[in-house]
Amino acid sequence: MLKSKHLLGIKDLSADEINLILDTASGFKDVISRDIKKVPTLRGRTVVNLFYEPSTRTRTSFELASKRLSTDVVNFSVPTSSVVKGETLIDTALTVQALGADFIVIRHSSSGVPHLLASKVDASVINAGDGTNEHPTQALLDAFTMREKKGSIEGLNVAIVGDIAHSRVAKSNIYCLKKLGAKVRLIGPPTLVPDVIKQLGVDTYYDMNAGLKGVDVVMMLRIQLERQGVGLFPSKDEYFKHWGLTTERLALANDDAIVMHPGPMNRGVEITSSVADGERSVILEQVTNGIAVRMAVIYLLEGARQEAKQ
Amino acid sequence: MGRVFLCPMNKKILDKKDIERALTRISHEIIEKAKGGADLCLVGIQRGGVHIAQRLAGKISESEGTEIPLGSLDISFYRDDLKIRAQPIVSRTEIDFDVTGKKVILVDDVFFTGRSIRAAMDAVFDIGRPSSIQLAVLIDRGHRQLPIRADYVGKNIPTAADERIDVLLQEEGHEDSIVLRKAKEGEQDAEK
Amino acid sequence: MKKLIQNGHVVDPSQNINEVCDLLIEGRIIRAMYPRGRGKGLVGDKDKVIDAKGKHVIPGLVDMHVHLREPGFEYKETIKTGTAAAIKGGITTVCCMPNTSPVNDNSGITEFIIRKAQKEGLCSVYPIGSITKALHGDELSEFGIMMEEGCVAFSDDGRPVMNPVMMRRALEYAKAFDVPIIAHSEDLSLAAGGAMNEGLLSQSMGLPGIPRAAEETMIFRDVALAELTGGRLHVAHVSTAGSVRIIRDAKSRGVKVTAETCPHYFSITEDAVKGYNANAKVNPPLRTPADVEAIKEGLRDGTLDAIATDHAPHHRNEKLYEFDQAPPGISGLETSLGLSLSLVEGGVLTMEQLVEKMALNPAQILGLSAGTLKPGARADVTIVDMKKQVKVDAEAFVSKGKNTPFDGWLLMGAPVMTICGGKVHEWE
Repeated sequence: MLKSKHLLGIKDLSADEINLILDTASGFKDVISRDIKKVPTLRGRTVVNLFYEPSTRTRTSFELASKRLSTDVVNFSVPTSSVVKGETLIDTALTVQALGADFIVIRHSSSGVPHLLASKVDASVINAGDGTNEHPTQALLDAFTMREKKGSIEGLNVAIVGDIAHSRVAKSNIYCLKKLGAKVRLIGPPTLVPDVIKQLGVDTYYDMNAGLKGVDVVMMLRIQLERQGVGLFPSKDEYFKHWGLTTERLALANDDAIVMHPGPMNRGVEITSSVADGERSVILEQVTNGIAVRMAVIYLLEGARQEAKQ
Repeated sequence: MGRVFLCPMNKKILDKKDIERALTRISHEIIEKAKGGADLCLVGIQRGGVHIAQRLAGKISESEGTEIPLGSLDISFYRDDLKIRAQPIVSRTEIDFDVTGKKVILVDDVFFTGRSIRAAMDAVFDIGRPSSIQLAVLIDRGHRQLPIRADYVGKNIPTAADERIDVLLQEEGHEDSIVLRKAKEGEQDAEK
Repeated sequence: MKKLIQNGHVVDPSQNINEVCDLLIEGRIIRAMYPRGRGKGLVGDKDKVIDAKGKHVIPGLVDMHVHLREPGFEYKETIKTGTAAAIKGGITTVCCMPNTSPVNDNSGITEFIIRKAQKEGLCSVYPIGSITKALHGDELSEFGIMMEEGCVAFSDDGRPVMNPVMMRRALEYAKAFDVPIIAHSEDLSLAAGGAMNEGLLSQSMGLPGIPRAAEETMIFRDVALAELTGGRLHVAHVSTAGSVRIIRDAKSRGVKVTAETCPHYFSITEDAVKGYNANAKVNPPLRTPADVEAIKEGLRDGTLDAIATDHAPHHRNEKLYEFDQAPPGISGLETSLGLSLSLVEGGVLTMEQLVEKMALNPAQILGLSAGTLKPGARADVTIVDMKKQVKVDAEAFVSKGKNTPFDGWLLMGAPVMTICGGKVHEWE
């Protein structure tokens, strides 16, 4: 059973809860692999996607996951809503709840917004990415993918490469992998890999070639090119030359190492096309797994909601 | 006077031999009704029906000399109860053959309200289009809440609503037996 | 061909050698050192024997702060004339600053400089790349790509990096390549329009002044950023007592900071600009006697790691502009050693320490294989005659830049032969 009816971050989950989500997701992966990709289990429930930041892939993934559970789904996209008219975040959330939402999936550019919502609404709040804090369902689907490909996460050597400092995906993954017993290392330029992060129990490397040795999983993060202007790295060229994943660099990792990326990719900046489309890449499977994992999250949170009602 | 606490009364109502005989009889009935068993397949409902289905499949193939396709079905996502129970051991649907056009025999250990059978039928229809669905159960304890009946029954055991039937099997490390007892305080319905 | 330098007093702090012995060069490298007199047996008729009796034999000097002006300002100096001036000054390795035109902010210009130096330079030339594109202070240069082309450090010298966030990023980013950021520490707002040290003299001469605080606040900031980021900072041309104090304190806390000063900051004061002598106009400006003493103390106690010239040649016409319009800078390659030897004479440094400041330390800070006479090292050797008296004659400078406040000075001690990569340069 999940202890909380909200999913605000990996920080709040125990290893047992994470494993429960992953095990449940296996069952849902079977469901979405067959012809009729739907189960009736959450019929009558309503999921509202409240996305303050543009995102087609995560929102669509949540939408499909919800529909496959037979829930009703509503998409609340900020520019087209009353928020533009000056409505506060809490007012919007309460309105959404009054419309009958059982689940609110929230993505926002300010860290901590899901926590704020969870304290104010009755619905279950699912964090789809808040500021530079966490993106828990991404970390869960990444863990699911690793487990599927490698059997077990314990003892695995995982390298996360790129803009760690500003990445909620990186942080959620670090928390998740550490709880499951993996060994994590971060690779990138010093401006994007702050020294203090070592205190989370990870190794850091500026030299990618050295950092990839012995690695089982290479997780590439998207470089946001807007960052270039603020002096975090000089140019795409320079970044690619030193921290881009090429076929030659990948060969430095273990022979059976897999390549992951949360998407969308900047081909030629953090990863070459031949690696992205190559046989070690599981990038597209991550997308499929994302649906199964999000189904598991919504399903288990419903269970926690029922438990909480008693 | 204060409340009197009664210990749950455990009564073994079927032993190993009884179970054996019941399953043998069911397997013969299945074969007879199927007139050969060409399109037959057995699907055990998780978790209680899986081992029973295995045993039946074994007996049928022993008797007929042919292997009957055997699968197991997880119905957690098809339940109609509002409470979602997290299963401590997650069970999977494993049906590696096509059910379309086949005579599917659902197998369960205890037949009770009929709700799990309804869920199982919904699950089967989402997987394929069987030519027919039949139901084989080891124990029918009555108290139907839906108009569903079993085609093959091992034993009819009338029970009270506050009683429970435990099916203990060798595959799970017990001595084969069926036990009737009173429900423990706070114990939920088995939801069958 | 072998060359034997015999009977010279060899001072090589990298090997703790400070005695008379023989030095054998073969081809372009140093073969070995032998006890005095032993070397003779190892050379034949076709080999060259150099008698260094009564003279000092030291590693070729490494000047880590030089403006070679090419590309773009060839009328002031070229790589050819600048390196020739270096050789005359006993210097066999120079590091050239990027404020050329175009600025050395990309691998193309770096490659140009290296190629030109290989073709026309008389000594080794290592480019220092700019920290920011075009020295504008808002976009980092491609450190990695430029280092691969040959840059050994990064600096916006001539200008400070005014935006503290950019300086922070530069120090952080440079960690990936283990390369120092060389800071021209000057707060432009405080220094604005200044032409000499701010004080009574500037007041009485009616010239706008550059307060010490313009340098000190910036060094304080840069040191704090180095401490925050764990990056490597090298402070260029330190000129004030306060700056020395700040650096001393930072070093005691373990901050990764090194620093250099120039011969003019321990040789003359602001008095040199009296009479509106534009040849004494330099940035940072010449300061007061108290600052001169503090600089000497900083060299003595190790706070200041290196002596570099900040060789800044200008066309003679440019120094004839109105004082406040004239470009600042001193053409220093040919007087550096002579002026610095006075520190040994004055008991501020031992000869070994001087060689450390002028050869070994600069090489180590920039990771260059230079500043040493170890067997196998490049044959970069300078022979110094401590008893030779030289009158500084600006017109006779090999450098195109004749702008020096030391014209006419009598210096005791001068280089008499510079060997660069085994090639011998000598003059009357």
